[in-house]
Amino acid sequence: MNVIDLSWWHLGIAAGLVLALAACTWLAQLKIGRSLLVAAARTAIQLALIGLVLETLFAAGSLHWVALMGIVMLLLAGREVVARQRYRLRGGWSFGIGTLSMFISAFSITVLTLVVIIGPEPWYTPQYAIPLLGMLLGNTMTGVALGLERLTEGARRARGEIEGRLMLGEHWKQASAQLRRDAMRAGLMPTINAMAAAGIVSLPGMMTGQILAGSPPALAVKYQILIMFTITAGTGFGTFAAVALCTRRLFDSRERLRLDRIVTTSRPRG
Amino acid sequence: MLRGLSVGELEATDLQIATGEIVCLSGPSGCGKSRLLRAIADLEPHCGSVLLGKQAQADLPAHQWRKAVMMVPAESHWWFETVGEHFHHDQQDALRALGISPQAFEWPVARLSSGEKQRLAVLRALQYKPHALLLDEPTANLDEDSTMQVEQWLCNQIRERLLPVLWVAHREDQIQRVADRHFHIEDRRLQPRELKP
Repeated sequence: MNVIDLSWWHLGIAAGLVLALAACTWLAQLKIGRSLLVAAARTAIQLALIGLVLETLFAAGSLHWVALMGIVMLLLAGREVVARQRYRLRGGWSFGIGTLSMFISAFSITVLTLVVIIGPEPWYTPQYAIPLLGMLLGNTMTGVALGLERLTEGARRARGEIEGRLMLGEHWKQASAQLRRDAMRAGLMPTINAMAAAGIVSLPGMMTGQILAGSPPALAVKYQILIMFTITAGTGFGTFAAVALCTRRLFDSRERLRLDRIVTTSRPRG
Repeated sequence: MLRGLSVGELEATDLQIATGEIVCLSGPSGCGKSRLLRAIADLEPHCGSVLLGKQAQADLPAHQWRKAVMMVPAESHWWFETVGEHFHHDQQDALRALGISPQAFEWPVARLSSGEKQRLAVLRALQYKPHALLLDEPTANLDEDSTMQVEQWLCNQIRERLLPVLWVAHREDQIQRVADRHFHIEDRRLQPRELKP
């Protein structure tokens, strides 16, 4: 498998294209030239740093370092879930619920895939473990964030209906069933759409990368299918867990809808 | 029924309502009438205790308590497509007594006027056979004639089913007609008011 090496000079040409685009946006007065350049600089710096980290990690290759890396990635994903919420649970519950559900789904599915399906020796070989966990976490994060967002927003909007149902003596699970269904659907839709469009509309990034790096397309396709399925499962179970936990938190022990446990943040990201 | 109940602004309140008795509650808006009802239905965190007969609120799972001590809010909500889906069985007699078209159960919810919704919400609540009723301005959106009609029907139902009722009302003439006792919320407390004989 021959890979053509890229020198920094080659990347400079690509960077020149971005600079040209920035110049054009400046001429067209789009007022996004600055954020475009900042984002481009961030890409370069962040990826260079993660490259260094991965080089070190691959060289060390011990379970401790892989596990530490995994936990750091998980915590960053948890922070990102919170940052994307317009309405979040008071007192760190959003972070806790998001992180816990990503941990349950993304971690166990990564370990399962490594041990049972791919089976590298040892199973935590960072070359397999880190990219796999990264892709699972990234997608699960999106699902969890969307699911939680729909849930808290929906609870605020459907307060009258939910309390109306509670007044008629419905159990909190019954009263919130529609809300939970909507939230889970919102979390699952992006992955379902991605699977439906794979290969027709877009060539998935990982597969493209593998082919560029010299893999035979048939093998790259197999890996891509594996990844898509594990991502779907991870996102689905993660969203299920997050929505279930968050709904539980929205009701108290007396089955009251507690919207006072939600705080509004002025400027969400994402 | 209420023992030292306090919620939000409202100070500790003691109140006992007999079966079949209607206690009317009035007061300026924002004084905590609705919150008091919500606390009794256990929809809002509160202090003090509420008893239904010998049954304490805290000893019963919340959804069972709310089925027994049923609150009908001022603004009702409907979650199914058609009106009929919200009801267990046909209630032609009640519809007629409330002055609503007998075909109303076939209608989509969107077709209901606010007055019809309000009357149907009371009917919907009563079908669960509650043991006590909390009414939040049940006739607020009704014209003079329907108000009389609904009052009459409600009072009959209440006496027949022997329900203790806390009824939030605005209009003095209605309170005079339906209430056995009347309290007005003033200075964050319940003040008894005389009913004209």
